[in-house]
Amino acid sequence: MAEVTLRIFRGDQKGGQHVDYKVPLVPGMVVLDAVHSVQGHQAPDLAVRWNCKAGKCGSCSAEVNGKPRLMCKTRMDALPTDRPIIVSPMKSFPLIKDLATDVSWNYKVNKMIPPFQPRPGVEWKMDQRDVDRVQEFRKCIECFLCQDVCHVLREHGKMDEFGGPRFFVRSASLEMHPLDGASRTRLLREKLGIGYCNITKCCTEVCPEEIHITDNAIIPLKERVVDQFYDPLTMLVRKIRGASTP
Amino acid sequence: MTSKFETHELDVLIIGAGGAGLRAAIEALAQGVRVGVVCKSLLGKAHTVMAEGGLAAAMANVDKADDWRTHFRDTMRGGKFVNNWRMAQLHAQEAPDRVRELEQWGALFDRTENGDILQRAFGGHTYKRLCHVGDRTGLEMIRTLQDRGVAMGFDVYMECTITRLIKDGDRISGAFGYWRESGRFVVFKAKAVVIATGGIGKSWKITSNSWECTGDGMALAYEAGAELMDMEFVQFHPTGMVWPPGVQGLLVTEAVRGEGGILRNKNGERFMEKYDPKRMELSTRDVVARSIYTEVREGRGTPHGGAFLDISHQPAEYVKRKLPSMYHQFKELADVDITKGPMEVGPTCHYMMGGIRVDAETGQSSVPGLFAAGEAAAGLHGANRLGGNSLSDLVVFGRRAGLAAGQYAAKAAHGSVNNAEIDDAERSMLAAFERPQGEDPYQIHRDLQDVMHNLVGIFRNEEDLKRALVELEKLKERAQRMHVDGSRMYNPGWHLSRDLQCMLTVSEACTHAALARKESRGAHSRLDFPKTEDAWGKKNHVIVKKGTAMAVFEVPVRELPDDLKQILAEEK
Repeated sequence: MAEVTLRIFRGDQKGGQHVDYKVPLVPGMVVLDAVHSVQGHQAPDLAVRWNCKAGKCGSCSAEVNGKPRLMCKTRMDALPTDRPIIVSPMKSFPLIKDLATDVSWNYKVNKMIPPFQPRPGVEWKMDQRDVDRVQEFRKCIECFLCQDVCHVLREHGKMDEFGGPRFFVRSASLEMHPLDGASRTRLLREKLGIGYCNITKCCTEVCPEEIHITDNAIIPLKERVVDQFYDPLTMLVRKIRGASTP
Repeated sequence: MTSKFETHELDVLIIGAGGAGLRAAIEALAQGVRVGVVCKSLLGKAHTVMAEGGLAAAMANVDKADDWRTHFRDTMRGGKFVNNWRMAQLHAQEAPDRVRELEQWGALFDRTENGDILQRAFGGHTYKRLCHVGDRTGLEMIRTLQDRGVAMGFDVYMECTITRLIKDGDRISGAFGYWRESGRFVVFKAKAVVIATGGIGKSWKITSNSWECTGDGMALAYEAGAELMDMEFVQFHPTGMVWPPGVQGLLVTEAVRGEGGILRNKNGERFMEKYDPKRMELSTRDVVARSIYTEVREGRGTPHGGAFLDISHQPAEYVKRKLPSMYHQFKELADVDITKGPMEVGPTCHYMMGGIRVDAETGQSSVPGLFAAGEAAAGLHGANRLGGNSLSDLVVFGRRAGLAAGQYAAKAAHGSVNNAEIDDAERSMLAAFERPQGEDPYQIHRDLQDVMHNLVGIFRNEEDLKRALVELEKLKERAQRMHVDGSRMYNPGWHLSRDLQCMLTVSEACTHAALARKESRGAHSRLDFPKTEDAWGKKNHVIVKKGTAMAVFEVPVRELPDDLKQILAEEK
């Protein structure tokens, strides 16, 4: 049976290195299968998160040959198997152990976003076309690969000032909900730092759900922020009235 | 008494953060008590996200003739009448309100032409009844409940495994567990505990279930003296992927058949015409699973040992819109374009109808302060669950258990947590590290999966079941000698060594109950007793711990009141 070498990061906050494991290649195998094979036969304490193994839960995020991927959706036969396949934990988050990282920051950001608030007296009817637009965002499985790849977080570590693509997607799902009545533009501008995004589309490229994060979520939200805070006419009216920004 | 371990004091502790656990937490919080949710994975990753087809509720948005009575009748018929009728009634009556509530909390279901929630056909349901979001309904539900709970401010203890329930006398007083990340131990003092830990599929080799579905809650409750019921009824979903090997068992939603998918054998025959000419592909899951299995066993299977499931006669755009994740799943994992050709599918261990025996109204078990809801609880589905009735189960009975637990806790005082018991719980968790060598938990797990797959599968007989009990004894004995390598920090081998104990307990319970039921009913098919017998339809099996042994006894199915009998008698 053909074998392939998996070069998996082993270690924790104290340090670590990549270790080579030989794994028998099975037809249709995905990287997560190979990692499980290592865990079940060679390295029982190899830490890796997973749940559904079907691209629906977003648990098995890692960097395969340097690319942020869901391991359950990365076919071995799509990778060059004549050299080691390098599997590393997501770089943007603090390491726990091996392939498991501390993603708790994401849950903290999420708490800042005001939940869905139906407009008062709203009738619970919606058109499928309006729903379609939001359902795209609600496909998000919270794998946090977009957060991992975003240079504002990855290179610049602006966790304190920037919410990241995942939470722009969540904000968009609420802002564009046909029946929602709350506004999150001030939060997007001031706390989630949407201005830091310079639309390089790295997030869109890695999204396993193929959500058009930049085009359909971030850019429209940026426009809302601009409309509300920087629209010249509104600013003029505001100046005349002496009101502060909304 | 103070513990040497990190201790959290709560009113209600909820174990499990799937649909049932989250819905229970929301309702318990609304009672003004302190609520904590413990889950083995990260929040939002529970097995509920895998639910695809929809949530059954008689909203009558598409078929105006639908009502709770019809849903009740379908559920009882699907369950072959050994269901807890009161649960089936409450479920059918309350599901529409629970759906509306989800919508009011932000869930976005697919719509009808006039803007209402769209409903689709599913096996065993008389009318189009499943509220859905394409084929990712579970994700929509869990995200909605998660957001609601976060907004209400519940405490979530993520990546934490409970290994023991603590009692003060007869009643629940807390729980002991460990943080998966650090391996450190933690004690929760709680007046009430709600078990919402889901299923047990990981005991079988081919399963749609994730690593979490190891029957923890059922095993914890059993150890704490609660009763398990209907453990012989394990649902094999008819359509799991069969190829490639790595995805074997992965769920192919029933919505494929709901949207018109056709099953054929290798000769191109639409074989459901033989097994259920009236309902065809939309027969109940037990029937379809056995039919596929039989086709394969009799030599009419596909190249990889399954059946063909074809939806390619529908327009490609329609398939991609209504079944997007199936489209991607097959394209990416099996190199099959389902808009152009058939899928290969076969039965996969999917769902446990049995579980903790609870009161229909409150979800309380026989142990005061211990509640259960969702897949971990028994009763609603009887001998076979209809597709779509699980998501509705989660919200209907999750809410009821959370409400009852919250009200119970508001009145109760904290019980004491016995340090000797904590010490014992700690010792049992550390034993596998202390042995210099011993059995490998991964190997025992693989062997257990073989035993359950080969001997306690879709078709059963006395000889196999008796052999399974012997094999399970050997595995239990080996499990006493497990050795774990590495440190306590995020150590999956160690985690498995604990989960394995739960799997062994529930596997044994399933096998005992399967051996005791000498008939075939719903998901339980005995080759040596192929008929469904009226006398057996009046009995449920209950399993309880007696000393160190497992005792099985029969309890009568509760008699239906006349008005419900009337509903069942109506022909539709």
